[in-house]
Amino acid sequence: MLSKAKLWLSLAVGTLLMWSTGAHAAWELNMPRGVTQISRDTYDLHMTIFWWMIAIGVVVFGVLLWSIINHRKSKGAKPASFHESTKVEIVWTLIPFLILIAMAVPATRVLTAAYDASASDLDIQITGYQWRWEYSYLPQSADEEEVSFFSTLATSREEISNSMEKGENYLLEVDNPLVIPTDRKVRFLMTSADVLHAWWVPEFAVKKDNVPGFINESWVIVEEPGVYRGQCAELCGMDHGFMPIEVHALEPAEYDEWYAEQQQLALAEQELANAELSMDDAMAQGEEIYTASCIACHQAGGAGMPPVFPALAGSEKATGDVQVTIDTLVNGVPGTAMAAFGRQFNAVELASIITYVRNAFGNETGDLVQPADVNAIIEGGQ
Amino acid sequence: MSDKSVQNGTKKLAVKLGFAVVGMFAFGFALVPLYDVICDITGLNGKTGERVEAVQAGMLVDEQREVTIQFTTRQNDVDGVFKAEVPQMTLKPGEMKLTSYRVSNPSDEVRVVQAIPSVAPNAAALHLNKVECFCFQEQILEPGQTVDMPLRFFIDPKIPEQISKLTLSYTLYDITEKHQQAANKIASR
Amino acid sequence: MSTSSAALDHSHDDHHHGPAKGFSRWLFTTNHKDIGSMYLWFSFAMFLLGGTFALVIRAELFQPGLQFVEPNFFNQMTTMHGLVMVFGAVMPAFVGLANWMIPLMIGAPDMALPRMNNWSFWILPFAFALMVSTLFMEGGGPNFGWTFYAPLSTTYAPSSVTYFIFAVHIMGASSIMGAINVIATILNMRAPGMTLMKMPLFVWTWLITAYLLIAVMPVLAGVVTMMLFDIHFGTSFFNAAGGGDPVLFQHLFWFFGHPEVYIMILPAFGVVSAIIPTFARKRLFGYDSMVYATASIAFLSFIVWAHHMFTVGMPLAGQLFFMYATMLIAVPTGVKVFNWVATMFRGAMTFETPMLFAIAFVVLFTIGGFTGVMLAMTPVDFQYHDTYFVVAHFHYVLVPGAVFSLMAAAYYWLPKWTGYMYDENLGKLHFWMSFVGVNLLFFPQHFLGLAGMPRRIPDYALQFANFNWISSVGAFLFGFSQLILLVVVIKCIRGGKKATDQVWEGAEGLEWTVPSPAPYHTFETPPDPSLIKDQ
Repeated sequence: MLSKAKLWLSLAVGTLLMWSTGAHAAWELNMPRGVTQISRDTYDLHMTIFWWMIAIGVVVFGVLLWSIINHRKSKGAKPASFHESTKVEIVWTLIPFLILIAMAVPATRVLTAAYDASASDLDIQITGYQWRWEYSYLPQSADEEEVSFFSTLATSREEISNSMEKGENYLLEVDNPLVIPTDRKVRFLMTSADVLHAWWVPEFAVKKDNVPGFINESWVIVEEPGVYRGQCAELCGMDHGFMPIEVHALEPAEYDEWYAEQQQLALAEQELANAELSMDDAMAQGEEIYTASCIACHQAGGAGMPPVFPALAGSEKATGDVQVTIDTLVNGVPGTAMAAFGRQFNAVELASIITYVRNAFGNETGDLVQPADVNAIIEGGQ
Repeated sequence: MSDKSVQNGTKKLAVKLGFAVVGMFAFGFALVPLYDVICDITGLNGKTGERVEAVQAGMLVDEQREVTIQFTTRQNDVDGVFKAEVPQMTLKPGEMKLTSYRVSNPSDEVRVVQAIPSVAPNAAALHLNKVECFCFQEQILEPGQTVDMPLRFFIDPKIPEQISKLTLSYTLYDITEKHQQAANKIASR
Repeated sequence: MSTSSAALDHSHDDHHHGPAKGFSRWLFTTNHKDIGSMYLWFSFAMFLLGGTFALVIRAELFQPGLQFVEPNFFNQMTTMHGLVMVFGAVMPAFVGLANWMIPLMIGAPDMALPRMNNWSFWILPFAFALMVSTLFMEGGGPNFGWTFYAPLSTTYAPSSVTYFIFAVHIMGASSIMGAINVIATILNMRAPGMTLMKMPLFVWTWLITAYLLIAVMPVLAGVVTMMLFDIHFGTSFFNAAGGGDPVLFQHLFWFFGHPEVYIMILPAFGVVSAIIPTFARKRLFGYDSMVYATASIAFLSFIVWAHHMFTVGMPLAGQLFFMYATMLIAVPTGVKVFNWVATMFRGAMTFETPMLFAIAFVVLFTIGGFTGVMLAMTPVDFQYHDTYFVVAHFHYVLVPGAVFSLMAAAYYWLPKWTGYMYDENLGKLHFWMSFVGVNLLFFPQHFLGLAGMPRRIPDYALQFANFNWISSVGAFLFGFSQLILLVVVIKCIRGGKKATDQVWEGAEGLEWTVPSPAPYHTFETPPDPSLIKDQ
């Protein structure tokens, strides 16, 4: 009896241990059914083929197991001498063939439905970057402002390095989620600024590669409002695991409100370019951006990971001519991982981050860079 | 079979297989142009074909249908302006249209850029015919220069019924360095 | 019955030198058995190396968060694990088996091109030394996955990529030479009376595999050459900026890559088709259909490549074609599985270690086949693609598939190679630990993929924690169990119960007519045609 108690105890401890690895650890076994017609069709197709495979498995493994149990030498089995039968061979060539045809029919139907190219209500260009997403809502007329923003991992580096407890949506949360309306046909145009990426949200059954220089398309009609999460599904370099996707699906009326607000913001942003920044504001915002977007390569404290990712602390580019720092941020360094951030951030953000880099990590240049200085380089050229 | 005839047979066979290896190596390279041809025929990768010379005679405008075409642009590590004149336009298949793209070079050096087109859905790529365009062409931009590049096109009335909206996307690449390398190579000869 | 040819061999022995002594024996040898052994040892070493990389991956994935390695190094580990296992462990192991067994099975004195044979082995260690050395170079080794998709592997690659390209070239050259040798041996060196349709299935599957190698390894060489040009000579094969197309890379890579998958599994089919009849004491069911099924799988492998790329945005017609063609592969593969089961049905089975591995192969490879059919269905593949479901699928066909068949082959032929029986208890321990380990390791990965975990990520969301934990435990169990094989082999070389010529009660074929251990030179005179049986 003691041994039985021991067994139960160890099982209990084991289970507890597993649960404690994460507060939200789950035993999810299957694909989500999702919130679109295509995702449900996909799920049903997945289950149909799954049960077919189980059925075939039961028959084949059943015969195998039966033979293993009954046709063993130790039980005195004598080997039979048959070793071919054209009839049987034809039967077990034909039956799988028929099963495959039975499965190909619904698969063709679902695939054709997914390729539907009828008119969409809204088009969003999704551009993959190392390692963030850019969402651009295509304007429908010339007087509409283009709404466009970057979406970057919001999970803190402390959580990743285990020095802080991990939040509920660890690695699946972003600063600026994609916002789309429900019940409208939203068309996604996928492309990339650098390497291949793949935009994937399981609940939509949408996974498409983002190919530099080319556009791919996909679409959804989301039927339920909510927050849906996904990840990049194509190896895209170092931080491939750290560029999640977060989509907020809003009721159409709410969405329209949100979109109008974004239009206002886009206009306001143009105004902002002429704003004057204070040193404190610039340093605060700069630190925020550095932590979100730069730290992966240049590391905490600007230490970098030489020789691939140079240190910023005390570096010539960060402490020398201010124009060089601005140019590096805006235009990138060709042939290296340093991208041209001129289009990824607005002038205020660029000014903040440059100010931060030139004053943090002991780079005490005392320079305060203004949005106008950045714009001078973007527009005037260097 | 004598030893010698076996050896001769082996030698012959090995040589034949060697040729097969060389052949397959060449075939690998032959797949590159082959792929382009297949893409041209099927629109496999959404690349639009080369410029067509003129409108085929007798092509009728399909008055019954309307198709929307969106013009999107991207710049890859290139600063300055690169934008379509209008974000989108609605037209009838067979109708000739003209639009233009503005590109600028804000730097103080001569710059060579190239715009790469792509169409979604890729099945539409075959039916978007450009009579005048700047795709795959190297554009040399003087310092501070701004250019309007025209695009004259029509949509083939044979475009599948279900396609009512297509997107023509241009990605602008700075190929100055590559261009210079090529020029240097020619010069060094 | 085994004495006649053996006696003949002995009478010829005085014409030949035995093996030379010392290191030069191995360096200059042209003997198919020596070269076979070297291939097998090399692949085992690579198996342990690639396994070590895998354990680094599984250790990092044991818990969410970054614990042991940086993301960039993690990517180097996934890349190197794949490359080493595919090109260093599985492929050379099968070439080793081919070297050892094909001449013995068809009654040939040696491989057709012995000097080339020596070359094709000895360039391999250099290729892998070159490749592994990139890990210590500035900027690190290849970090773009074993599929090295452009432009991550060209424009955005670490500078060590050039060495990687040369290493792939050398491996390719080695494989091609090996393949030419196998074809020449099979077509030209068969003993009188050994007609094509009397060849053991292992020989047949290798013949077809060798043709696949000759057809696709040069294409791989072409692809890496194009990469080299893109990186160093300013061409734009795969660079969109110059008018190239990154997707073209994938088409070319998978034109090589899909047949490559069958290169790794067809010889495994041959091994299992040899072992199951032996231990079921019953002839292989449907020999002819096995040959035709192998040939049809090889043919189909050339027209299904784009099923690896369903998400790149092909037109509908293309997607449908590749879906249908891929589903078709299930038919000949099914025929094979049914034939194996029919061979066991009404046999008189015993369950020595080779048979255990072979049965596990049939069951677990079939599970990998099931997920393969699921993956073939394009719309569902959109959900499976590049997730752990795919990782589980291809590891099921490669580890309890190809690798288990290699284990089975090693146990099956070890007495013939060494002259001694291996330790059956240790063998069974190895099997059961591997069996439990491999399923703990890979089965939960199906669930992870379905729940949405992408592959090739160093850290994951919390809902994936449980199954990753189990998978990592399985990985360490499986990994360390492989050391048992090393012990078994070393023990077996040193001694043990003397093996008979036939070794296994139900074993048939020419290799069992020569003494155990097989003498340095065999079949100097062709075997008696009466020894060659119908299959």
